[in-house]
Amino acid sequence: MYKIAIIGGGVVGGLIARAMSKYQGSLVILEKESDVAMGQSKANSGIVHAGYDPEPGSLKAILNVRGSQMMEEVCRELDVKYRKNGTLVVGFNDEDMKRLEQLLERGRQNGVEGLELIDGEAVRRMEKNLSEKIVGALYAPTGAVVCPYELTIHSIGNAMDNGAELLTDFEVTGIERKDSPEPDMGICYKITSADGRTIEAEYVVNCAGIHSDEIARMVDGREFNITPRRGQYLLLDKEAGDLVSTTIFRTPTKMGKGVLATKTVGGNILLGPTSEDIEDKENKAVTAEGLSSVIAREAEFFDLIPMDKVITQFTGLRAHGNTGDFIIESPQPGFINCAGIESPGLSASPAIAEMVEKMLIEAGAAGELKADYEPEVRGIIRFKDMTADEKNSLIEENPSYGRVVCRCEEITEGEILEAIRRNPPARDIDGVKRRTRAGMGRCQGGFCMPSVAEILSDELGIPFEQVTKSGEGSEITFDRTKTGGEK
Amino acid sequence: MAAANTMRADVVVIGGGPAGMSAAIAAKEAGAEEVVIIEREPRLSGILQQCIHNGFGLHKFKEELTGPEYGQRYEEMVSNLGITVLTDTMAVDITSERTVTAVSKEKGYFTINAGAVVLAMGCREKSRGALSIPGTRPAGVFTAGTAQKLVNIKGYMPGKKIVILGSGDIGLIMARRMTLEGAEVKAVCEIMEDSGGLTRNIVQCLKDFDIPLLLRHTVVEIHGKKRVEGVTVARVDENLKPIPGTEEYIECDTLMLSVGLIPENELSKKAGVEIDPKTRGPVVDENRQTKVPGIFACGNVVKVHELVDFVSDEGEIAGRGAALYAQGKPICEGEQKTDKPKQQEQKKGVKNLSDGNSKGDTVICTICPMGCKILVDAGMNVTGNTCKRGEKYAIQEVTAPERTLTTTMYAEGHIMVPVKTDRPVPREKLSACMKEINCRTLILPIEAGNIIIENIGGTGANVIAARSFL
Repeated sequence: MYKIAIIGGGVVGGLIARAMSKYQGSLVILEKESDVAMGQSKANSGIVHAGYDPEPGSLKAILNVRGSQMMEEVCRELDVKYRKNGTLVVGFNDEDMKRLEQLLERGRQNGVEGLELIDGEAVRRMEKNLSEKIVGALYAPTGAVVCPYELTIHSIGNAMDNGAELLTDFEVTGIERKDSPEPDMGICYKITSADGRTIEAEYVVNCAGIHSDEIARMVDGREFNITPRRGQYLLLDKEAGDLVSTTIFRTPTKMGKGVLATKTVGGNILLGPTSEDIEDKENKAVTAEGLSSVIAREAEFFDLIPMDKVITQFTGLRAHGNTGDFIIESPQPGFINCAGIESPGLSASPAIAEMVEKMLIEAGAAGELKADYEPEVRGIIRFKDMTADEKNSLIEENPSYGRVVCRCEEITEGEILEAIRRNPPARDIDGVKRRTRAGMGRCQGGFCMPSVAEILSDELGIPFEQVTKSGEGSEITFDRTKTGGEK
Repeated sequence: MAAANTMRADVVVIGGGPAGMSAAIAAKEAGAEEVVIIEREPRLSGILQQCIHNGFGLHKFKEELTGPEYGQRYEEMVSNLGITVLTDTMAVDITSERTVTAVSKEKGYFTINAGAVVLAMGCREKSRGALSIPGTRPAGVFTAGTAQKLVNIKGYMPGKKIVILGSGDIGLIMARRMTLEGAEVKAVCEIMEDSGGLTRNIVQCLKDFDIPLLLRHTVVEIHGKKRVEGVTVARVDENLKPIPGTEEYIECDTLMLSVGLIPENELSKKAGVEIDPKTRGPVVDENRQTKVPGIFACGNVVKVHELVDFVSDEGEIAGRGAALYAQGKPICEGEQKTDKPKQQEQKKGVKNLSDGNSKGDTVICTICPMGCKILVDAGMNVTGNTCKRGEKYAIQEVTAPERTLTTTMYAEGHIMVPVKTDRPVPREKLSACMKEINCRTLILPIEAGNIIIENIGGTGANVIAARSFL
């Protein structure tokens, strides 16, 4: 019997787990995939929005602004890459500029600091590659970028270091409210997974992203719906990194915020996303139409986009709720929904965790503060960023840092071993990639993938042919070509 | 590990593949005293190690070698000349002042001040991302080179039902290789009107195994959630855009990409070397010196070469230039070898192979790159050949075609040893020979050229090791 079960190992579930791991009482994170950060926390724009966009008074507005203020400190504690690069919402005509004035006003109402309207010249002084057609912009200096999956992985790692458990491949298929087996404990929730495992918990937090409506229905039949909204992106090589440094948006229309262009914390250029409501919650395909629409819209920002520097494309599914706002509520005692956490969900996530922490404390879920609680984690060593002396003493101490495995990103064997050994452990090629960047560069793992697979095989003690790209069913290779007659 | 982690060398060669080995040898022969090769793999030879097929060395050694054999000849020269080889070592930086920074488990993070530097980092393959192929992102999408490493070096099957995109030589060779190891290659798609591969590869890699070559086709979508489940291919128009309505679904578990190579010049850029936007390699003069004095470049890092023999030639020019530069001597022109004139390789698509007539068999000669179309009628009269060898080849090909078999053999500890038959075997015996090789275990050590299986399958050919494992 756990005190708290959190369904969903995304950024919201991760930060809630981290917040609650400072209190006595067992905590478990239930994740349907083979690793954490596999849903929209993996594939989104990574923008910490300043908070000028949401309707004043909404949860989105309140939590966005608060989250944006908290983010830098959270990233410091969790050793997550964060860069306050500022945001420019650009306008092309008088109508856009009027809209930007409204946006400025809205931002002020929401409590966003430092907003200002600047003219086209000033825009191009900041970003020399932006189009001459841009006549002005709303500049939000508090806009930032983070690595969303790093934030998720480190927050869950921090929670685990403080005693939380993580159950992967645990796809929740049933939740039953029942009397607690322990006397004087009232009720509890029995949670069943697709593969027949069950756990029990006194408190349950639903952070299931695009599946949060299905989870909510298992408990009380309350009606809200989550529509997967598909966003397709293009990622450019770091060599194209001087295209842009701040985050560029177009003036929003009724259709939404449109595409953006930004430089990620990793130094790549990110272009996208599309915004397509689809039906299948598993459909993460990239389409030719989607990519060309991204390119067409980005062409309004820039005269020239170095398309020969594109290294990959990907799709994320945002959890678009039908209420228009975040759904954070407790429909049943001991059960909390965090649903419809679409943009600005990443920006708001530290504030959502803070809010849910308060709700759980009020509901009696929090024990005493742990005496040995450690709020900080140290990320995986970044060999590449060290000085020559630091590198040498590190290799002397541990020679595995002397073997560069991924040459595009200059990632060493030592870093890959760390990713496999620390919380939450990487168990497949993509898990190593998200934690270390091995395979994320211009060759996209062409050279290092077999070596990473070999390290995984050795370290996990599994045969090479059982090493997967991303969980069971995605094995990289089949059998041995030959065994010389042996078996 | 020394506190002051700095070395000195006359010539530092970055990359121990064919270009780098040849450059280091030439540098040594031209008088450079301390020559160092920095190689990231545990062994020299670079990509030749996994290119276990034959077709190498016809220009340099006047005989047909497999990749490992070709590499081993250079490795021996490197070793005999006393060249310093730093394996398992990654070069991570080069300055315009020729200070090379590298890292290894043994030596830590160290620098070498070089009199001259030779860039020989080779090239990388275009990935799925660079092609923007739509669809899902499952396991089972490999570049041909990655798949080749998995099957030939690691000894695992990267796929069982395979579609290959790109009919350059690497794609064709992988089609044969995977077929010999028991996979089913469903199709090779080529976006252009003709294959970019050599005629002999079209014949010996596709036609021999009845593998369809879909010309003017490309992959328009990848399907499958965890593992590839299939691909959609479509015909393309004259602008190479897919034609709606021509889509066809092919069930497969693997997509291999053989769609182009890009010179690897990230290090060159750090040294301030000027890059030609067309070739994506450094701008070099006739001595293969880049615009940064004392930094030379050769092989596929400069531009992608058709044959390894030409890469070796270029390595010699660059290595010699680097040695003379390091010694402060002028690099006299006229003395150095010039790039061999590029052979006019005649390339023919499969469609040309089937347009013979009922009066006899048409054979595309693969003896030399001319690719003569030779007709052999029922009375064994040969027409269309331009030399005597062509006549002999055509009759052999019609009556009893023969092929040299190149494959790997299992050695204890799951080591894959490249092997080949020392003479061609009847084509219809290839599969029986594979069976026999695959059920045998080799005891190491072994030297290249050692006979492993005598008279395999009664063909009269012996199976010999193509690389030493000592």
